[in-house]
Amino acid sequence: MTETSHTEEHQHPTADVYLRVGAVLVILTVLEVGVFYVPAFHTVLVPVLLVLSATKFALVVMFYMHLKADSKFFTFLFGVPLLLAVGVMVALLFLFFGALTLRGAAG
Amino acid sequence: MTHASATQHHTSMGLDNRKMAFWAFIGSECLLFGSLISTYLVYKGRSVVGPYPNQILNIPFTSVSTFDLLMSSLMMVLALAAVQRGDMKWGKIWLFSTALLGLVFLGGQVIEFSEFVNKGLTISTNLFGCTFFVLTGTHGAHVTVGVLWLLTLWVRALQGKLGPANAMTVEITGLYWHFVDVVWIVIFTVVYLIQ
Repeated sequence: MTETSHTEEHQHPTADVYLRVGAVLVILTVLEVGVFYVPAFHTVLVPVLLVLSATKFALVVMFYMHLKADSKFFTFLFGVPLLLAVGVMVALLFLFFGALTLRGAAG
Repeated sequence: MTHASATQHHTSMGLDNRKMAFWAFIGSECLLFGSLISTYLVYKGRSVVGPYPNQILNIPFTSVSTFDLLMSSLMMVLALAAVQRGDMKWGKIWLFSTALLGLVFLGGQVIEFSEFVNKGLTISTNLFGCTFFVLTGTHGAHVTVGVLWLLTLWVRALQGKLGPANAMTVEITGLYWHFVDVVWIVIFTVVYLIQ
């Protein structure tokens, strides 16, 4: 078996795709900062910012880090610790702020 | 574009072992930054003395730093594409541009930290200062390592020791650099914009 046939080959995006993704990332960043400064958005600021941030994160990981086209095992190696990290974050926030809310309700 | 060179070492899964190890490393880095961001969020709003985030964070300045780091990620993928197609002239230009934008980001962070210290916020001032400096300082240390790594690659390219056969080395460097970028995407939103 040759090296080439033994390798899981993948197609990397072209420079044109990289440039388009770069343009979208810039637009999303401008939107993030814009939303921060517009008072009308302040009631929905957190969910809007989280969605924009998650979209930027996904674009970089999928296109610039090539996870969209690369082996699914790399997605597994990255995705499992990422989910664990997010889970720890949510659990800690619930523990600390949940405890605060309960103390507030009791007192 | 395929890049299965005979110099690569493959696992029984047919994947490059260096790339697989590096993805595992990035996974562990997710947990490191996850714990630092969690700590920042848990202590958010619990400082008993100022300065507080809304008094000190400079959003326009940090927005420019964010734009700078996003553009450095674009330069990095353009460097990889150039090296893969054997265009070393542009490969060197994009690699150096990436490192330069990384240095600009670090310069911005030095200015920001100095400004905060002048305004009375240090790592021992309050909970905000402690968690902020540890989180952004750890990220800055990662950017510094990335810049040194990129400059090493650039020097190797200048010496003629980097070509399409070493494209995997550039790709792994890129994985590290893009990871540093995605961590900043999260920090920019969680620390700076959601106050």
